[in-house]
Amino acid sequence: MRTIQFREALREAMSEEMRRDENIYLMGEEVAEYNGAYKVSQGMLDEFGAKRVIDTPISELGFSAIGIGSAMNGLRPIVEFMTWNFAVLALDQIMNHAAKMLQMSGGQYKVPIVFRGGNGSAGQLAATHSQSFEAMYAQIPGLKVITPSNPYDAKGLLKAAIRDDDPIVFLESEKMYGDKGEVPEGEYLLPIGKAHIVEKGEDVTIVSFGKIIKEVYKAAEELKKEGYKPEIIDLRTIRPLDYATIVESVKKTGRLVVVEESWPYGSIATEITYHVQQNAFDYLDAPVQRITQADTPFAFSVPFIEESLPNAKRVIDAVKKVSYAS
Amino acid sequence: MAKKFDKKTYLKWFESMLLMRRFEEKCGQLYTMQKFGGFCHLYIGQEALLAGMVSAMHKDDNVITAYRDHAHPIALGTDPKLVMAELYGKKTGTSKGKGGSMHMFDKSKNLFGGHGIVGGQIGLGAGIAFAEKYKGTKRVTYCFMGDGATRQGILHETFNMAMMWQLPVVFVIENNGYAMGTSVERTSNVTKLHELGESYDMPAMPVDGMSPEAVHEAFAKAAEHARKGKGPYLLEMRTYRYKGHSMSDPAKYRTKEELAAYKKEDPIEKVREVILKQKYATETALEKIAEKIQKQVAECVEFAEQSELPDGSELYKDVYVQKDYPFLKHY
Ligand SMILES: Cc1ncc(C[n+]2csc(CCOP(=O)(O)OP(=O)(O)O)c2C)c(N)n1
Ligand SMILES: [Mg+2]
Repeated sequence: MRTIQFREALREAMSEEMRRDENIYLMGEEVAEYNGAYKVSQGMLDEFGAKRVIDTPISELGFSAIGIGSAMNGLRPIVEFMTWNFAVLALDQIMNHAAKMLQMSGGQYKVPIVFRGGNGSAGQLAATHSQSFEAMYAQIPGLKVITPSNPYDAKGLLKAAIRDDDPIVFLESEKMYGDKGEVPEGEYLLPIGKAHIVEKGEDVTIVSFGKIIKEVYKAAEELKKEGYKPEIIDLRTIRPLDYATIVESVKKTGRLVVVEESWPYGSIATEITYHVQQNAFDYLDAPVQRITQADTPFAFSVPFIEESLPNAKRVIDAVKKVSYAS
Repeated sequence: MAKKFDKKTYLKWFESMLLMRRFEEKCGQLYTMQKFGGFCHLYIGQEALLAGMVSAMHKDDNVITAYRDHAHPIALGTDPKLVMAELYGKKTGTSKGKGGSMHMFDKSKNLFGGHGIVGGQIGLGAGIAFAEKYKGTKRVTYCFMGDGATRQGILHETFNMAMMWQLPVVFVIENNGYAMGTSVERTSNVTKLHELGESYDMPAMPVDGMSPEAVHEAFAKAAEHARKGKGPYLLEMRTYRYKGHSMSDPAKYRTKEELAAYKKEDPIEKVREVILKQKYATETALEKIAEKIQKQVAECVEFAEQSELPDGSELYKDVYVQKDYPFLKHY
C-alpha cells in the first residue's frame, strides 16, 4: 500500500469531500495563499479557488462565528485553527453557539461544521501554545470530539466528520503532520464513536488516543520482550466514547492503564476509570492507573517537558504496577 | 530634525540598536545550530521603535508586548545575558527557563511580558494603565501589538473602555506589513491602522518607524497626552521585519525589492550617518562600540551555555503563590 504523510491524509479527506459537495469550504489563518501554516492545505487554493479556500485575519472569534452562522444556513464549513490554543478565543462560539444551536432551536437549526487543527504540545512552545483540549471539549454536550493518531485514521475520520451533521472538534498535532503511514488509494470512512483495538492482548489493557499513543507503542515493544501481552486500544473518538470496547477488554485482561496527553484533573482517564469500576468492578485485578500530563501549565525548558509529558517508561511502570510486578 | 537631539542621544541610539541587532543575529545563528528550541521571532529591522521609545519614556513607565519580544527587555536595560539564558531554557533566565522566547518579563524594568496569544496583551496593557490611574501615579503604559493583532476583537473592546475611562495607555502598533504570510492589505479594508481608533475618538498618528527621531517625538507626544490625564493615544509605527516571521518562514510572500527598499532606510545606518556627519564620533570610535557589543553578545552566549538547566521538579513552583499547593500525581 502507498504511504503518505498525516497532513496529506487530511488534505485528501478535505479535497475529496470538497469535490463531492459544493457546500463544503475551508477557512482559517494562512490556509490559502501560504498553503497552511503546517502545509495541510497545500495546493487547495489552486484547486478550489478563493471562494472555497479562504484566508482569514487573526480573528478566531469572528471567523468561527461566521463558520457557524453559515452552517446554520446550509453550508458545511471546515474551520482550521492554526492550533487549538487559539481556539480558546473562539470558545464562546463553539461552546455557547455551535454546541447548543440544535437544541435551542428545537431541532430546527443544525450546525454541520468541523473545527480542526493542532492540539497538545509541540516542543518548547511554553504554556499557552502546548495545551491538550480533548477533555475540555469532551465535556460539552452537543459536540463530537475526534482524536486521530495516524494518517489512515486521520483520513477516514475526517471524511466522516465532514459528512456528519453535528459540530465536530477534530484534534490533530503539529508533531504528527509529518508522520507517514499506509493509506489506501480508494475512498473509505471510519465510524465516529468506535474505538480501534490496535493490538490484541491478554494480560493488560492500555487505552490511549492521539499522538501520545506512540509512547504506548514504544512501551509495548519493551513489555512484550519481557513477556507481557498488552491489548492496545486507540479510542479514535473521545465523544462519544466507546465504553463497550474498553469494558470488554478489561473483562478479559483484568488490568487497565489509560495514557493521555492532557491534565489529570477531570481527564478522559478519569471518565474511563469511573465507567470501568461501575461496569467491570469484579473483573479488575488491580486499581486502574492513569498517565497524564503534569498538573501544571506546560513550561518552556526541556527538563520541565520531560517531567510533564507521558513517556514510554511511565507507561511501562504503570503496566508493572497494575501487574504487581514492581 | 537632527538638531533636536543631542550627541548623547544619537550615541545611545546607535549603541542600543546595534546591541539589539547583533543579539538577534546571534539568536538566529544559534537557533539554526539548534542551540535552543521553540519558536524564534526576530526583531531585526524594527529596532528604532524601541530606541525611540526608551529615549522618550520616563524610567518607571510600563511596557507590555507580544511574542516578538527579545529586544524589548534589552532596550529597557535588562541584562541581555538573562534574555539569552531564557532562550536557552536555563534557570538563570528572566523567567527561570519557564517562559522561553515568547515570554520575556522583567518586573524590575516594568516589562509586563511578552505574550504569545495574538492580541491578548492589548487588554492587559489597558489594565496595567487602569491600575496606575487607580493608584494616582503619573506612569504611562506602552502597549505594543503587531499589525496582525489589530484584527482581534479585543482591540475594539479595549479601545472603547480605555477611552471611556481615559486610561493612561499608549497603544503602539508595530506595523511591519505582515502577519506571518498575510499582508496588512489582505486582512482588512482599513489598511491605515492608525484609523482604527477613530470610532472611539482615540487620537492617533502614523509614524515613520524606521526613524528613531520620529519615533521618539511620537512617543513623547503620546505619553505627555496620557500623562496629563487626557487618555489613550494610538501610534501606528510603520516598520519592517527583515527576516521571516519565525525561523521556519522563508518569507516567499514578499519581494526582494520590498525588503531592499526598507533596508535602505535602516535605522542603524541612518543614525551612524548623522553621528559621522555631525562629528559626534569618529568611524574608529563607532568601530570600538561595535567591538564592545560583539564581545557583550559573545558573553551572553557563554553565560547561557554555562548556566544550569532547571531541575524538572521546579515545574511545581510558580504555578500557585500558595507554597504547598496539592498537585495531582500524573504517573
Ligand atoms: C490568538 C492567536 N492566533 C494565532 C496565533 C498564531 N500566530 C502567531 S504570530 C501570528 C502573526 C502575528 O502577526 P503580527 O501581529 O503582525 O505580529 P508580527 O509577527 O508581525 O510581529 C500568528 C497568526 C497566535 N499566536 N495567537
Ligand atoms: Mg506584523
